[in-house]
Amino acid sequence: MEEKQNFQTSLDFNQNIFKPSTREEIVEIVKNCYKKSIPLEISGLQSKNKIGRNFQAEKTLDLSNYKGIIDYKPEELYIKVKAGTPISEIEEALKKNNQQLAFEPNDFGYLFSGKSNSGSIGGVVACNFAGSRRFKVGSVRDHLLGFQGINGKGETIKSGGTVVKNVTGYDLCKILSGSFGTLTILTEISIKVLPKPETSKTLIIKNPHVKKALDYLGQSLSSSTDPSGGVFYPDYFGKNFILNDLTHDGGLTGIRIEGPMNSVDQRIDRLSKELDLIDNEFSVLDSVQTEIFWNKTKNLEVFKNSKSNLIRIVVPISETLQVIQKLKKDDLNYFIDWGGSLIWMAFDQLNPKILSEIKGITKNHQGYYTLIKIEDDFKASADIFTIDPIKYKISEKIKKSFDPKRIFNPGKMYTGI
Amino acid sequence: MSSLQMPKVDNSILSKKDKIVSDIGRIINPKNVLSHPDELRPFETDGLTAYRQMPLVVVMPETVEEVSNILKYCNENKVKVVPRGAGTGLSGGSLPLEDCVLMAMGKFNKILEIDYENRCVVTQPCVTNLAITHAVQDKGFYYAPDPSSQIACSIGGNVAENSGGVHSLKYGATTNNLLGIEVVLMDGTITKFGGKAMDSEGYDFLGLMTGSEGLLGVITEVTVKILKSPEIVKAALIGFPTIEDAGNCVAEIIAEGCIPAGMEIMDKALTKATNDYSKAGYPTDAEAMMIVEFDGTEHEVEAYIEKAKQIAEKNNSSSLKVSKSNEERLKFWAGRKAAFPACGVLAPDYMCMDGSIPRGKLAEVLREITRLSKKYDLPVANAFHAGDGNLHPLIMFDANDKNSLKKCEDFGADILKYCVKVGGALTGEHGVGIEKRELMCEAFNDKDIQQQLTIKVALDPNSLLNPGKVYPILRKCAEEGRVHVHGGKTKFPDIPRF
Repeated sequence: MEEKQNFQTSLDFNQNIFKPSTREEIVEIVKNCYKKSIPLEISGLQSKNKIGRNFQAEKTLDLSNYKGIIDYKPEELYIKVKAGTPISEIEEALKKNNQQLAFEPNDFGYLFSGKSNSGSIGGVVACNFAGSRRFKVGSVRDHLLGFQGINGKGETIKSGGTVVKNVTGYDLCKILSGSFGTLTILTEISIKVLPKPETSKTLIIKNPHVKKALDYLGQSLSSSTDPSGGVFYPDYFGKNFILNDLTHDGGLTGIRIEGPMNSVDQRIDRLSKELDLIDNEFSVLDSVQTEIFWNKTKNLEVFKNSKSNLIRIVVPISETLQVIQKLKKDDLNYFIDWGGSLIWMAFDQLNPKILSEIKGITKNHQGYYTLIKIEDDFKASADIFTIDPIKYKISEKIKKSFDPKRIFNPGKMYTGI
Repeated sequence: MSSLQMPKVDNSILSKKDKIVSDIGRIINPKNVLSHPDELRPFETDGLTAYRQMPLVVVMPETVEEVSNILKYCNENKVKVVPRGAGTGLSGGSLPLEDCVLMAMGKFNKILEIDYENRCVVTQPCVTNLAITHAVQDKGFYYAPDPSSQIACSIGGNVAENSGGVHSLKYGATTNNLLGIEVVLMDGTITKFGGKAMDSEGYDFLGLMTGSEGLLGVITEVTVKILKSPEIVKAALIGFPTIEDAGNCVAEIIAEGCIPAGMEIMDKALTKATNDYSKAGYPTDAEAMMIVEFDGTEHEVEAYIEKAKQIAEKNNSSSLKVSKSNEERLKFWAGRKAAFPACGVLAPDYMCMDGSIPRGKLAEVLREITRLSKKYDLPVANAFHAGDGNLHPLIMFDANDKNSLKKCEDFGADILKYCVKVGGALTGEHGVGIEKRELMCEAFNDKDIQQQLTIKVALDPNSLLNPGKVYPILRKCAEEGRVHVHGGKTKFPDIPRF
């Protein structure tokens, strides 16, 4: 799309890039494209646009100008924003009230451009990638309370609202989360916000072995000490962390505990006993270092400037060890998040054979993969997302019900959708 | 009770009853096909007893293949199907149709697997909500969503209705605690959405199916998350001189960063009725009474209770008691949980409404309810899940007096419309069903509803699965019935409702 020019007016249909700043303009653009069957690429702040299949779109709908906080009610625990609003702007506003987006949106900027770009809220909802707190608070979709959007016919639709309990009609918030802009253009988003914990600390266990790490993580997650993060970095990446209280380099398991000060200390202490750790086996990161450690994790900073392909694998915790053992070759780098359920794995080289192997292994272990970063040569032919034939058929029908002429990001997830 | 238009009865189906019975009798064990009026009678209604309709036939499949084959048969022969779990729903979601096959899922009643490593339970859909907790509590785990009917309601029904409970603010509703389902679509397709992993590939069909009230598929297997039980739970019972003070206290507790496990408010009318009924030791002079509960580790709970105490005092609390033991905590709740039967003593009948509102609008909404109560000349008492903004006004009336019933229905509809007006929702946890169907256009415009109907048509082109529910047949915002209780007796008088 490099040759496309950037024009400020959305109403000149000879342009290739629309940059609307009002909903009315978006409606007009979509209605026009619907009428003429013109495929549209939906774009936000370009932080995750490389995730997904290559596809042909005649025009681009750039939502980066459609931004701003519409309504923020800290005591009602929600914020309502326009879809193009940067995550950083939202987080800044929440910080003033000691609140946060509890699902910790990943910042893919480090991975794709070497510097922070946490993208827009619309993009975060469209991709539904959640950070380390996933196992405790849910994913992005669990925090989306309501939306307004434009379907493929240019009709403005809404679902949900701003209250947490709402069972009025189908829960379209869920089906749009993670739909990669293929069903509806989100315009307004109401998202749940939660108080920032008073403090947080991290128990760091020195340990290079993945099996042992998964034991630690499993035990922690089943403990009433209520952790809110659990990662394992093997030797290769463990060396990347330079923190005052990180007393060793090499493989490490990190477990985060959050809450009121007294309670955090008590739980950290109890957890170290429950895990039978001896003194020189672990260290504890204070809240400042904890923030750095988990930011690096959610930002995938260990893969910063890496030339490798990156795959995101989600499996039940019981399967993680086997999946890693089957996939891991000497040249692979990986780390484990979500208390054992999410594997980020880098591959220097990918080809159809390796990918089909990965697909088979993740499927056999009741999980799935998503190709996050992939070399251009291979991208055109690779399955970025996986799907089985039955769900493909259902997906086709759902796609048609929102976007009958397939004008939104056609082919971004699957051929024909 | 008011009449409600249901989908047009297909007389050709009625006339083929015998053939349908024998055809399905070849798909499943004929003993599991019920067709005699005496056998059908128990299925004529669910928890919304104001509406009754005998189905054409009741089928009780035992395997997913049987479910699939029945749906395939019905799809090919254009026979309507109404799925039913435990039948405890309060919005009429499993009300039969005269020309329908009622698919009763009661034989899917086994827990299939308890997986502590992945912290989940795989179960058949007609296992009760509480049975899941019972199955895992010896290892210190539980299933978080706790609808008041949890002793009897089925987990499959919970998925269909996206049931909540008093702990939704902290732990979410069914949709946030669900990992996977196996579902059969109307054309007989069997598929699984989600599984034991935390997320799944592609579109979130699991999320779409949850709360779809049996319109998109029949659930045949459910995988839910289980959580480690909190180490300690404590509650405070707090009285306030005004509703505004109680409302401000709720807002401040949340703004301070404390997320209670549960936070309940009752108005004076309900506090008094409840206290007279259950001798719970409530402050009956208070205009509003609040129970706030925290769970977690000891230090954490102590810190939050202390904070809540300070905030309550700042907001003019007139009384405050913190539970010293688990028994005392349960006693606090016993009164609250007896609130509905207590209302049954005050009037021959009551109607329970289920609206959601922004927490901060509580005082405003209660003022409006008081105004409406005078306008309609019917007493009302209010229970409020303050943590998650779910309001349950209980309107008292006399069903033997037609005028009283009509007034009650009008009153109820006015309340729900007001909930929507202040930024809330028509239903927080009971579902739309037939009960609030005609009010959908208060919350949605034609385009919104059309988008939802298009999804329905995509998965069920002939609209055979649970038709007539959720979406208005006529686009008229008529006022229809609510949960109706006569003489203090619900369909399941032994199931607590709160």
